[in-house]
Amino acid sequence: MLWETVKLAMLSIRRNVLRSVLTLLGIVIGVAAVIAMVTIGSGTSQKVQDDLSKLGSNMLIVRPGQNTFGPPTVSEARSFKERDVAILRSQLSGVRAMAPSASKTTTVVFGALNDQATVTGSDTGFFTVQDWTFAAGRPFGEAEVRAGAAVCVIGETIRSTLFGGIDPIGQRLRTGGFDCQVVGLLEAKGQSAFGTDQDNTVIMPLRTFQRRLAGSTRIANIYISVANREDVPRVQADTERILRELRRVAPGAEDNFTVRDMTQIASTLAATSTVMTALLGAVAAVSLLVGGIGIMNIMLVSVTERTREIGIRLAIGALGRQVLTQFLVEAIVLALFGGVIGIAVGLGLAGMAAFGMAIPFAADPRIVALAFVFSGLIGVIFGFFPARRAARLDPIEALRHE
Amino acid sequence: MSEAGPLVSLAGVERLYGEGGGAVRALAGVDLDIASGSFVAIMGPSGSGKSTAMNIIGCLDRPTRGTYRFAGVDVTGLDRDQRARLRRSYLGFVFQGYNLLARTTALENVELPLIYRGLPRGQRRQRAAEAIRLVGLEGREHHTPAQLSGGQQQRVAIARAIVTEPLLLLADEPTGNLDTARSHEIMDLLTGLNRERGLTVVMVTHEPDMAAYASRSIRFVDGHVAGDETRRAT
Ligand SMILES: Nc1ncnc2c1ncn2[C@@H]1O[C@H](COP(=O)(O)OP(=O)(O)OP(=O)(O)O)[C@@H](O)[C@H]1O
Ligand SMILES: [Mg+2]
Repeated sequence: MLWETVKLAMLSIRRNVLRSVLTLLGIVIGVAAVIAMVTIGSGTSQKVQDDLSKLGSNMLIVRPGQNTFGPPTVSEARSFKERDVAILRSQLSGVRAMAPSASKTTTVVFGALNDQATVTGSDTGFFTVQDWTFAAGRPFGEAEVRAGAAVCVIGETIRSTLFGGIDPIGQRLRTGGFDCQVVGLLEAKGQSAFGTDQDNTVIMPLRTFQRRLAGSTRIANIYISVANREDVPRVQADTERILRELRRVAPGAEDNFTVRDMTQIASTLAATSTVMTALLGAVAAVSLLVGGIGIMNIMLVSVTERTREIGIRLAIGALGRQVLTQFLVEAIVLALFGGVIGIAVGLGLAGMAAFGMAIPFAADPRIVALAFVFSGLIGVIFGFFPARRAARLDPIEALRHE
Repeated sequence: MSEAGPLVSLAGVERLYGEGGGAVRALAGVDLDIASGSFVAIMGPSGSGKSTAMNIIGCLDRPTRGTYRFAGVDVTGLDRDQRARLRRSYLGFVFQGYNLLARTTALENVELPLIYRGLPRGQRRQRAAEAIRLVGLEGREHHTPAQLSGGQQQRVAIARAIVTEPLLLLADEPTGNLDTARSHEIMDLLTGLNRERGLTVVMVTHEPDMAAYASRSIRFVDGHVAGDETRRAT
């Protein structure tokens, strides 16, 4: 019986394809908006999370000055000294790893090829705080750091642009007028949250960098990786306190450095997308309401047009509730049809956006199912009134209707 | 259900349309018994209440006053759904305008009452096909009303009315839209159903030629039964 009713409903929708499709536009737009925005939204936040987790987990970045976040650069404010790092190392607790660093964009050369790359000087902790893993070779060791040895670790981009098919391990890479021996190759990370290529990098011991490339002992950043998430605020506060002392910041004066919690930045970005989601959600809700009213309208028209048919059905013994079911099912099928088109359009848009914005295509089957059920619900709600009107028709009057 | 009593029994049935002074008295006290197995023709001038009486007999409408017994059961006060159940089990309707569902095949039209009775598909198909054969439309099962002539459409309507094997077939001007030759064919069909299957038929007609097929002829004037004659079997 129900299947018969569904078939009947599809038949009457097919008879008026254009009208049905136009009616469904509201639902299609509403559902498509929801699906597209949720899918794009979760793709974006997934991307942001991914990017930030590539920076390292539970990481604090300490920088001189009060600059906003962005790619680490040497600030004009007074930079850190090795003594600062040593004191932080001895006084902070709950720290998994710590790494001072300084960077410079410069030309790196291998054979006849050269490339612009970010060259960073740091120590052995650097690979831990930034969650780097090795594709080949090894990190430089403590002894090499202490000695300022001419060794370096390269990123995937350097390997592919300069070395091509050659195994880079053991080769000599020329940078800033001296040769360093490549001891390790890093696993590729891709783009950072700020859109820079994290693999276009050469990492060498800090002392080597300072002596041979920078010509100064400045330290631009200190990375601190905290062992436990819940310790991050405490370590952050301790770091601030210690540095204020070391850098002689007068009580009440503003810090001349910044300690930034990268995880906090992640949640800030997530919050921004929540606002976007709410806004688009409101747009979708309005579209769905309009879609529902459209369905109600078309069903009322349909009931009027088919008054005679309803009269026939009632005369030959259809119960009121059987007629009600028929029209309700018709409204539901119509709405679901709109829902399915909307889901397809929404996923299509999200797919294009994912491709265009280089974010993951994060289609959530639960959201798709929810949209489907919800559009059916719209059919029930807005189809009920017209269906009841049909069910309550007087068979004699209805039969006389032209 | 008593075997002996009349199938249809109207007692003092009145039907008023509207209220107060302006009310139209479509039926003004009708007493009428129709025996099971009879073929009754109802005649009378336009507006005399024939259709109104048919609607009440067919349980599509209720009398304003008086009682209606169908097969011995008082059905006067039944509600909408109870009347619908009665209609789909015991009553068949044929209308002047055929009233088939458009864009729906003959077979599906005939199946419709069985769908509402909740019969399984296989049984429905079989019974509908049989009813279509009975009205002489074999081979036209998959034609839609638009592809059938008026006479053929009325045959489909008759098939739809009898597919549930009702006790009573009500036909309000079944030949009103048909030419003479086609009208006689329809009357032959109804007469056959009445004689061979014992189906009780009540038919409204304006044409004496058609009324002549019936075994009993009732005349309505101004909402009253003004004449009632039963013919000997021809
Ligand atoms: N729904 C209605 N509302 C008001 N008056 C009605 C209604 N239906 C019928 N009538 C009136 O009741 C009277 C009887 O109508 P009915 O349709 O029974 O006549 P009839 O004998 O079938 O006529 P015809 O031969 O033209 O079909 C008429 O005066 C008609 O105007
Ligand atoms: Mg009439």
